[in-house]
Amino acid sequence: MNTTTQPLIELNNVVKRYPMGTTFFTALEEIDLTVEKGEFTGIVGPSGSGKTTLLNIIGSLDSPTEGSARVLGNFIEKLSHKAAASLRNHHLGFIFQTYNLLPVYTVYENVEFPLLLLGLSADERKKMVMDALEWVGLTDKIKSRPAQLSGGESQRVAIARAVVKKPELVLADEPTANLDAENSHHILKAMVRLNQELGTTYLFSTHDEKVIQYLRRKITLLDGKIATDEVMTPQGG
Amino acid sequence: MIRFLLKGLLRDRSRSLFPILTVTAGVMATALGHSWFHGALGGMLTTTANFQTGYVKIMSRAYADLVEEMPNDLALVDVDALLDDLAEVHPGWQFTPRIHFGGLIDIPDENGETRSQGPTMGLAVDLLDPDAGEVERLKIRESIIRGRLPEKPDEILVAEELARKLEVEPGQVATIISSTMNGSMAFYNFRVAGTVNFGINMLDRGTIITDIRGARQALDMGDAAGEIVGFLPGDNYRDEAAQALADEFNARFSDSGDQFSPTMVTLADQNGMRYMLNISNSMGTILVTIFIVVMSLVLWNSGLMGSLRRYGEMGVRLAIGESQGHIYRSMLAESVMIGIMGSIIGTAIGVALGYWIQVNGIDIGSMMKESSIMMDNIIRTQVSATTYYIGFIPGVIATLIGTAFAGIGIYRRQTASLFKELEV
Repeated sequence: MNTTTQPLIELNNVVKRYPMGTTFFTALEEIDLTVEKGEFTGIVGPSGSGKTTLLNIIGSLDSPTEGSARVLGNFIEKLSHKAAASLRNHHLGFIFQTYNLLPVYTVYENVEFPLLLLGLSADERKKMVMDALEWVGLTDKIKSRPAQLSGGESQRVAIARAVVKKPELVLADEPTANLDAENSHHILKAMVRLNQELGTTYLFSTHDEKVIQYLRRKITLLDGKIATDEVMTPQGG
Repeated sequence: MIRFLLKGLLRDRSRSLFPILTVTAGVMATALGHSWFHGALGGMLTTTANFQTGYVKIMSRAYADLVEEMPNDLALVDVDALLDDLAEVHPGWQFTPRIHFGGLIDIPDENGETRSQGPTMGLAVDLLDPDAGEVERLKIRESIIRGRLPEKPDEILVAEELARKLEVEPGQVATIISSTMNGSMAFYNFRVAGTVNFGINMLDRGTIITDIRGARQALDMGDAAGEIVGFLPGDNYRDEAAQALADEFNARFSDSGDQFSPTMVTLADQNGMRYMLNISNSMGTILVTIFIVVMSLVLWNSGLMGSLRRYGEMGVRLAIGESQGHIYRSMLAESVMIGIMGSIIGTAIGVALGYWIQVNGIDIGSMMKESSIMMDNIIRTQVSATTYYIGFIPGVIATLIGTAFAGIGIYRRQTASLFKELEV
């Protein structure tokens, strides 16, 4: 893997089509996109514009129908299931709109889970989990279950889980959609701080104005095509 | 990772409780069913062997053809010589003569007139020679209700039910009216030594037990016996050993041209016992097969329901970087844990219940009143080493198969599909 001389993400002419009866629905059309390390970028657009599809391809959860998607030096369209899982496991973090914490496990165990998959020792895991929970300010909740947390706290746990292994890239799909303004700002500030302190690249899929305020780059998708690609001056962070 | 999965199982009851209960129930039923069949069939085989068939039985060829009629006119003669020969050639086996006879039992009053009378079935065994082992084999000492064991050839034991019906007490005289081996009438006065109840309806309705010497005298049978039964002391019936002995004996003694020549038959070849033996031998396989098929279907279904409920979790785990194969394997690992837990609990309950029934028994005497099956009224299970694992291994295998089928649905699903469902 070569991540020093190449962009973190490089999409060339990416097309994604889904079969719909006898025809196809085109979700993404000829997407060319480059994201460098350390960016804090958002893909914005209305529902159905292809944001999640694009995020799924970059996250190696899906592959393009045509074109090439290179993420951290890996061509997504050529990755096997196992290689894609390994890429996600070692280098990517995901944050979801609905938090998607594992309900039967504690905060500590939810954050620990990605490290278990990496096969780290118990001591290493403990240190990394506590660091991650400290970044998001939840060290006092390590024994709580997700059901005992507020929405904001749950999303902070999800962030801790995404960043605990210090991935190069965090993909966040509508991370503030279920949060109120105060919690949204709290979450976004945490992510900005982690972006600055750890150099982690963040790529959002959002149409939330609160998120857009924090972006340094905004890519607008309309009907599966990039309509605009703007450099922003962050107002929130 | 195993610890992580185990925590999830213990905390999420919907993931573990129903499958564990299902496995527990199945394993318990298998362990208990096995000990039940083992005990019931084994008990029936033992009772039949001890009272009727022996492990092997020697009769004259003619007697064997009409054995249901107990035709003592076709009995074996020169029995003592034959017993000596058998003892010398087959020292591991124990052979003993018996006579079955039918007749009337007549209880006289103080004037010698008939006070009461009834039909009876007589069983004459060697009660007086301790080496014959018949008292122990037939559990006569334990079965005595009133009185004592016969100490002389002309003493008999009367079934308690028959004794009450005839109003005869130990110490009183009972006349047996039957026919001699030569076909003439036989009248013989015995003294009632005691009454017995074997707990076997077929015997307890109207049997008398006498020493074979007394019966020979009464029936004018000299050195004859209806049959010689053979046992392997301290060992269960083994068909191969019995068949080998019978083949060898018949090769030596049996003559198809002489209807009075002795012939040996095994337990399996009497009273339709081969069918029972086959059932007894294959019961474990039948139970285990039924268990695996039924449990796999049930657990497949519950696995599918559980997996559908856990789509969200699967999606998150895929996104975090777990491979589909790893998720599938972790589901199988969970199922092994569930299988082991359910099997341990199920085996423990099944064995405990089995032991309880083995000790206390279940009385089915009321159902067996008119039965002609040689079977104890109290059925007992028999817990053996097999009982401990017969349900255990299928319990784990069925859980594994059920989950494997259920997991294929997840495994074959596209990563993106799972992920999309997660977002719904």
